Amino acid sequence: MIRIVAQEVTYVTGAAAETSASQTETARRAVGAGMTEKPQRRRAKPADRRKTLEILFFISPALILIAVFMLLPIIQAVRYSVYNWKGFGPLVDFVGLKNYARVLQNEVFTDAMIHNLIIIGGSIALQLPIGLGIALLLNRKMKVQSLLRTIIFVPYVLSEVIAGVIWFQLLQPQYGVIDTIMSKFGIQGPAQGWLGTPELALWTVLAVLTWKYLGLAVILFLAGLQGVPSELYEAAEIDGASWWQIQRKITIPLLGPTLRTWGFLSMIGSLQLFDMVWILTGGGPANSTTTMASFLVSEGTKRQNFGVAAAASVILFIVALILAVSYQQFVLKRDAQPADERIKAKKVKA
Amino acid sequence: MSATVAAGPQHTPTQARRAKKRARNQGGNVVVYAIALVVVALTLGPVLYGILGGFRSNAQLAENPAGLPAPWVLDNYLGVLKNPDFWQYAMNSAMIAVITTVIVVVLGIMAAYPLARYQFRMREPIFMVFVLGLLFPATVAIVPLFILITRDLHMGNTWWGVALPQAAFALPMTVVILRPFLMALPQELEEAAQLDGASRIGFFWRILLPLSSPGMVTVGVLAFVGSWNAYLLPLLLLQGDMRTLPLGVADYSSEHSADTAGVFAFTALAMIPALIFFLAMQKRIVNGLQGAVKG
Repeated sequence: MIRIVAQEVTYVTGAAAETSASQTETARRAVGAGMTEKPQRRRAKPADRRKTLEILFFISPALILIAVFMLLPIIQAVRYSVYNWKGFGPLVDFVGLKNYARVLQNEVFTDAMIHNLIIIGGSIALQLPIGLGIALLLNRKMKVQSLLRTIIFVPYVLSEVIAGVIWFQLLQPQYGVIDTIMSKFGIQGPAQGWLGTPELALWTVLAVLTWKYLGLAVILFLAGLQGVPSELYEAAEIDGASWWQIQRKITIPLLGPTLRTWGFLSMIGSLQLFDMVWILTGGGPANSTTTMASFLVSEGTKRQNFGVAAAASVILFIVALILAVSYQQFVLKRDAQPADERIKAKKVKA
Repeated sequence: MSATVAAGPQHTPTQARRAKKRARNQGGNVVVYAIALVVVALTLGPVLYGILGGFRSNAQLAENPAGLPAPWVLDNYLGVLKNPDFWQYAMNSAMIAVITTVIVVVLGIMAAYPLARYQFRMREPIFMVFVLGLLFPATVAIVPLFILITRDLHMGNTWWGVALPQAAFALPMTVVILRPFLMALPQELEEAAQLDGASRIGFFWRILLPLSSPGMVTVGVLAFVGSWNAYLLPLLLLQGDMRTLPLGVADYSSEHSADTAGVFAFTALAMIPALIFFLAMQKRIVNGLQGAVKG
């Protein structure tokens, strides 16, 4: 902040040059022709240097922070991944791609990848229809609509840890509420508990995640629905369309971009799944709920296999990148194209 | 929904339309309210059960897990409120969240300003750095990050050690949300400020900052929520007295697993202040998420 003031002071001395420069710049922008650009650029040279300094002053703190705490660790992850390193001494035991081979041949990790894929698919398969259904039902004039929205949003704002701890208690075998309520209807819960039975644990985690993140889907869908012009509904109603026809032919197609971007967010979130699994099951029983993230954390922190953990995190990143790029290519492409045209149109106007 | 299907005669469009509108608003509503009630029960049920569970004794919970408090017991909540650890965790969570938020908002708006309103050659490439940053979750870099912070920077078990990387990973989203926000401010404002003799920095300081405060509040709330709820990074970096609330809740629930009522009380108290704050800021959070969705 002090530095900003200082710059302002230095600016006052060079005010004249600056004003003329910015005026020529606006003029250039207004004319928008390349012909006049050359001589003006030569004249504006000292101001250009100032501008570069300003840009550096504004952008570099953020870039430095990202370089130190994001870029550097990622580069380090790639470096560690080709060494056998337990965290002590220098990196000397170069093993090439052996860590990758170890990770990819480890059934716990390949299963973890499958678990992540199940969570991605399951989250979308559950939250999309349920969320859409709730959003469509709530998208009408209702006195309690904003209250309902707030309530639905509650699980989302809780941390995964808090949600996980509560659900862990609810899901306790026999003494948990869920088993108690079920036994009142004569249904016996699984003997080892929902989270203790390897065949059920992952699906139970998926159910809890659905509870937690359904609210986000509903809120985003509802916001997207606000963007559908009400004239369309009225026109369709005049044409005699039923409520269901209107939803299917007008609302859902127009909601497309919202649904697709929500799917992207959901996918990226599912790939990084860690907190909920760590709280509910710790990856067990018998590794039946291990995710890629929980695998690399336990390799790194519990077993000190930093090389293996690093290889796993590089693989996690590559998987995320492949999924993100292919989602972009196959699903989001349709949204990107009109956006590009819009940008082009804007540029032409300007 | 069947009530809405009834197709009126087409020669009296306004009448038919009104009739249908009425049908849509009334006929459907019973079903809608019923479904809404189920959704509300499923959504709030577990949360309320946790809060109410804190008002019961372990004996009550064991006897009838699905019951209501009878009589209401305050000991669990009082016990947590008298527990200095709880306040220490809350303090750590709050400080880390505040530091993270301040860094994110200040550096974010600074970086977004030239990316939005300066014309220069490297503008789009630099912006792409931030966009690509969105693709790197903290999880990917967590192990080297742990080594960097504890061994190289000696910031393990400190507020800053958690806040700085959290801010770094929150910055891409912040810049991506703020840039279009700053771009949308009319060019005329900048020109008018220049005519009045303001520099670009003067414009930033006196005009752009006040005008973009809604955007800054949005990204600030998102950063705060993210930090408050964070688990993985604090889990690796913080121990003992420096733990945050999520760590405290998780550890309490595994250390005192026999004391279910106590776990409920601890969890409920950990969530209530955050719940109130986040619900008050609900609009900002949603706006921010939508902004991110729209890019």
